[in-house]
Amino acid sequence: MRNYKNVIAAYSIMIFLIILVGIFQSWSIALTILNYCLISAVMTIGANIQWGYAGLINFGIMGYTALGGLAVVLVSVEPVKKAWQVGGLNILACIWIIIAIIFVVKFILNRFDKSKLRNYSVASVILGGIILLRITAAPGIEAIEAIDPAKTGFLGGMGLPVLLSWIFGALLAGGLAFIIGKIALGLRADYLAIATLLIAEIIVSIIKHEEWLARGVKNVTGLKRPAPYEIDLQASEWFVNLVAKFHSTKLNLINSASEKQEALTQMVIEASSIYVKLCFSGLFFTVVIILLILTQKALYSPWGRKMRAIRDNEVAASAMGKNVVKEHLLIFILGSAIVGLAGAMMVTNDGLFTPTSYRPMRYTFVIWVMVIVGGTGNNFGAILGGFVVWFLWVEAAPIALFLINLFTAHLPETNSVKVHLIESAPYFRFLVIGIGLLLIMRFRPQGIIPEKIVKQ
Amino acid sequence: MDFLNAIIVLFNFTVIPALAYGSQLALGAIFVTLIYAVLRFANFATGDMMSFGTMFAVILTYYFQSLGIGLGVLPTALLTIPFAILMMILYMLIIDKFVFSYYRIKKSPPVQFAMVSVGVMFVTQALIRIIIGPSDRIFLDGEKFILKATEFKEMTGLAEGITLKSTQAITIIVTLIVVSIMFWFLNRTKTGTSMRAYSDNEDLALLSGIDPKRVVLITWVIAGILATIGGVLYGLDKSYRPFVYFNNMLPIFAAAIVGGIGNPFGAFLGGYVIAFAEIFVTYAYKRFISYLLPEHLEPDSLLQLLSTDYKFAVSFSILVIVLLIRPSGIFKGKVI
Repeated sequence: MRNYKNVIAAYSIMIFLIILVGIFQSWSIALTILNYCLISAVMTIGANIQWGYAGLINFGIMGYTALGGLAVVLVSVEPVKKAWQVGGLNILACIWIIIAIIFVVKFILNRFDKSKLRNYSVASVILGGIILLRITAAPGIEAIEAIDPAKTGFLGGMGLPVLLSWIFGALLAGGLAFIIGKIALGLRADYLAIATLLIAEIIVSIIKHEEWLARGVKNVTGLKRPAPYEIDLQASEWFVNLVAKFHSTKLNLINSASEKQEALTQMVIEASSIYVKLCFSGLFFTVVIILLILTQKALYSPWGRKMRAIRDNEVAASAMGKNVVKEHLLIFILGSAIVGLAGAMMVTNDGLFTPTSYRPMRYTFVIWVMVIVGGTGNNFGAILGGFVVWFLWVEAAPIALFLINLFTAHLPETNSVKVHLIESAPYFRFLVIGIGLLLIMRFRPQGIIPEKIVKQ
Repeated sequence: MDFLNAIIVLFNFTVIPALAYGSQLALGAIFVTLIYAVLRFANFATGDMMSFGTMFAVILTYYFQSLGIGLGVLPTALLTIPFAILMMILYMLIIDKFVFSYYRIKKSPPVQFAMVSVGVMFVTQALIRIIIGPSDRIFLDGEKFILKATEFKEMTGLAEGITLKSTQAITIIVTLIVVSIMFWFLNRTKTGTSMRAYSDNEDLALLSGIDPKRVVLITWVIAGILATIGGVLYGLDKSYRPFVYFNNMLPIFAAAIVGGIGNPFGAFLGGYVIAFAEIFVTYAYKRFISYLLPEHLEPDSLLQLLSTDYKFAVSFSILVIVLLIRPSGIFKGKVI
């Protein structure tokens, strides 16, 4: 039990901080932060599996997150029938062409020996394929994007329940990770980092610019939700009664009936938003717990020990007959699938899909900071890192603003330095995260909660 | 005549912009490659360091403009570059002293260095945004064009014109000067040779009495010069916006790796490879082809291989292909 003391202490402090936000700012903000912390925790579990268990450096987290988000659109949005009628055939034909290109390339690669001729023929097949794709797709895409461009202008999804998209997002991200892993896993650590960073960038640019797929930069809004809507809640009787019961002492203090009604309406509006967020928190919490149990089990299983052996000494592990390449690929897929799941959760939570918001800073590097600050190789650490860093990321601006006001209190309101500093308060989050990362790397490279090796 | 027109169209819309853009990438790529060769890590703060140097040039340009100091037809920014370089080198040396040197002495693995440089990236980005803000700034003054399309048409009597922006000419000329001085320094001077020796084999270099501190210092000085000049040239040509500089890091990495990381000459050429590929693949050839073909064969479509939205994607795809087929880069990396 002694070993868990640090963990429990660290988590208690974190929960205390979130409660503080609830008291000083508002409970709605506190719950928003909590939800994002939980989503970040899922992402860090994914990144930690890759980096902590296997030592694979994956800077492509942004790409998998975006793909998870795309999955929500593809699964839960109602299909746009008209668009399918006018352009569906072209798109399906394109998919067949892509499959054909892959098979032809594979055939050439397998059948012929390495030579210049082979390289040129592969290149020409791909080039010809791209030209063919563009010719086939162009009229279809144009037709699809012309259908009610203000509202749809895309193929839509399958119209299934949104929770299914979480699984689909994980599968999609895992599938992509399989392809990327096949291509890039043989590279040296820092090459792998750069390659994954760039591939993620390509994925996001495809999602951004292919408007027939998910409206691209025009965003998809009003996505389905696994939780009830605020407006429905406010209209339902049981919820109003519940709120009235909850606040009965406060309401009883008010004498006039009209004022009472007004206060109650206000409370119901507030409570409905909190209720919805609590629903999300519950869902996310369940996911985190399930993942935590699975990953802990895996870490202390023979498979987990094998992964650590491969991480610590690849040559020795392969000398013992472990298939390093296969295991790396497997863990790359697993970690990416979890990140994809997190991406789907995030879009579900927001209720909208905005491809422009996927930036490497926010979705790759901050997640990495979370893993490193929390503790690589330790799931509890990684999750804590997700909580701590997300909390700092959100709360750095208000705290910076408070400190700036405190230290410049003696200056007049119009002082240019003061005005400039107050304007740039939001950017202090980068400073806090950066300095935090540098300090942790220097003085506690194993993270807040270090990896625990259990001798069996 | 049609053939000449076709060539001029191609020259005006692809070759000139690609040369300018390639020069900017090349400077950044040499910066990446030098750090990689001598200090042995992939510097993820590259884009932001370039942005940091440019920020000083922007601020000083505004200051000089307010004082009325200028270069006439040339942009004032050229005058501020030396001061910006000094500030940049100072910043890099401070960062090196307090951050990187610790890991260098400890001989940490490159991955740890890369993560540390991510920390530096965050801090640099924060400083830039706090000092100058995230907005778009144009700090170009002086003459905008050397040659305008209409003037060219009048001179030659052709249907198509060539536009040469002064920033493009400045970019190409300054890059050539800086890069040739740098290669002369690396290949012909004793200090340059000692740097190459240190990069090739650290232990052997130490044994032969090369002072590692001096090598590191000089590397940062050269890096500061390259980063600032590259950043200012890009900012003059387009505009100065911190977020764009961060994104530029990606094609710069691509250029450095395509050219063979650790090989400055490879990085120099890699910059142009990436720039030409980006522009040639995303250029719409309709006008070019319509001059070459007889009138009744004129194409309807734009004849564009990929839309310009995929500019970055092209360079990244090239990088991925190079990594797959020839991970040491086109020009055999790690020689310096």
